[in-house]
Amino acid sequence: MSLTRLDRPDATTPGSTARDALPPVVTGGAGDGPSDGAGAVAVRPARRRRARVPVGGYVTMIVATVVMALPLVWMALASLKRSDELYRIPLQWLPERFDLANYAQAAESIPIGQLFLNSAALTVAGASLKLLLGLCCAYALVFLDVPFRRTVFVVVIFALLIPQQITIIPNYTLVASLGWLNTYQGILVPGLASAFGTFLFRQHFLSLPLSILEAAQLDGAGHWRRLWRFVVPMSGPTIAAVGLVSVVGEWNEYLWPFLVIDDASKMTLPVGLTLLQSIDGMTNWGVLMAATVLVTLPILVVFLVLQRRLVAGLTAGAVTG
Amino acid sequence: MSTLTAPARPATRRGPGRRTIRLRTYLAFLLLAGPNVALLLIFVYRPLLESLYLSTLQWNLGSPDARFIGLGNYVEWFTAPGTGTVLATTGVFTVATVGGSLVLGLALALLLNRRLRGRSAARTVVFAPYVLSGVAVGMLWLFMFDPRYGLVASGLGMLGLPSPQWYTTSPWALVMIIVVYLWKNLGYVALIYLAGLQAVPAELRQAAALDGASTVRTFRSIVLPLLAPTTFFLLVTTLLSSLQSFDIIQAMTQGGPLGSTTTLMYQIYQEGFVTGRAGYASAVATILFVLLLAVTVVQLRFVERKVHYA
Repeated sequence: MSLTRLDRPDATTPGSTARDALPPVVTGGAGDGPSDGAGAVAVRPARRRRARVPVGGYVTMIVATVVMALPLVWMALASLKRSDELYRIPLQWLPERFDLANYAQAAESIPIGQLFLNSAALTVAGASLKLLLGLCCAYALVFLDVPFRRTVFVVVIFALLIPQQITIIPNYTLVASLGWLNTYQGILVPGLASAFGTFLFRQHFLSLPLSILEAAQLDGAGHWRRLWRFVVPMSGPTIAAVGLVSVVGEWNEYLWPFLVIDDASKMTLPVGLTLLQSIDGMTNWGVLMAATVLVTLPILVVFLVLQRRLVAGLTAGAVTG
Repeated sequence: MSTLTAPARPATRRGPGRRTIRLRTYLAFLLLAGPNVALLLIFVYRPLLESLYLSTLQWNLGSPDARFIGLGNYVEWFTAPGTGTVLATTGVFTVATVGGSLVLGLALALLLNRRLRGRSAARTVVFAPYVLSGVAVGMLWLFMFDPRYGLVASGLGMLGLPSPQWYTTSPWALVMIIVVYLWKNLGYVALIYLAGLQAVPAELRQAAALDGASTVRTFRSIVLPLLAPTTFFLLVTTLLSSLQSFDIIQAMTQGGPLGSTTTLMYQIYQEGFVTGRAGYASAVATILFVLLLAVTVVQLRFVERKVHYA
């Protein structure tokens, strides 16, 4: 029942006050089907059989699920078909045998192993640094009493309102003048600042019991130790949510790495995917689908395994990253 | 927690002076918040201001010559013959994706809110596309839409319909990217609506049922009004993300055919990095930014006045 409860971190983005009104609710109380609880049965006992199966509901649910899942299944199957199977009418669902030739051919056109490593390393580095920056910044905003901290908080919050497309040209010229085009730091550094994460961490820190930190202070623990020994261990779910959102964001990021990198060996997977599209053209679907599987599969696995935390993070606010 | 119970320092020992403590706090603040704030200033605030300045220049990306032309870029954009098309495309795309995802997302949420077996699995499937890369989604749907060998063509064939040339004919390319955008983002809307639905008190519905209200009536008079704050939140967030969508268009149509899928966001990229007119692109970026800011301001004002329901 991983998705039944939308337990998000106890925070929302600035614009989401509307949702503050929604208490965290466990599913099961309110249904609108005829199979509702005893209350509904009691209302019209004569006309209603006890356990009527909502056939219409099931049919609709199955249709909706199939429509959503079909493209992904179709992609995965296509990546395993030989080209004579792909281009056959009427369409053939299953390949005669699972054939990895498409993957091999994708690897010939672009250095796909290298791209995979690039994406993985940049995702891990980016997400960890973002977490670190966010945690430190939020700690300072909540626990360090300096007169200008409100101003600093406003600076962080307003950054959430500034969209990428207005910063992209000046950042590109800056990165170019630093000689960072076609470098990993060129991809990584401009996107590191944490506004969303800092905001969520701040909300969470504000809810922590001050007494523990005061005790730690009396104990002589400095701020660094207080952060790592006391605050971080009490923030597991929020850290997981923010971390997972960052992982998804970094892995999927396209426009910025696409602009900064044109050396194939430095690309990330999504950028390599459009490169492959321009090399192999749109005639060779098997190869393109093989590469598409490689881009989507890791995130799908992360999603399936850590679904609850990831969804909590993604639904915590409108602005990610 | 043994560390916490250790005795505090003896009171007789004189601690560091007050000024030292203040100084230490400032220093700690600088070390902890400094890096993040510095990154925000360098890579978010500085480029925002620089972009406003660049929008007043006639300047090509990478070129050493820049000429100040005041509002020239803005004048050019507002009078350019293609601007109407870009605005219309942006409008159609935005209205269709926002409206479509709200209506379909609510329908899905109502469905998944029923006590059906396997609904949590269905929820997982519905949400999954939202976490996937935009270009990958665009790519796999390009194959779905292949006019000869795609699944969409095959489905239309079963209904006895011919497949349009999705990639190369004017209204169909836009229809295609709208469908794909909806597929990718529907799960998010459905999930937020689901949370909203679960907050609707069961007693209210039961009371309505007692009064003899039909399911449709209950939905219209009780559930929908109670969902208004959720709807408003979703309206704003989907509007903001729809106006900024890029990846799907880049993977599927690159703004074509004949500019029929070029939205404002895509125009910024094209002018800035394809034709290289960075000054002009900055002006378009400013226009889009003002639009997004207006949406946000409306949201903040609305939320201030009308936050809570019931």
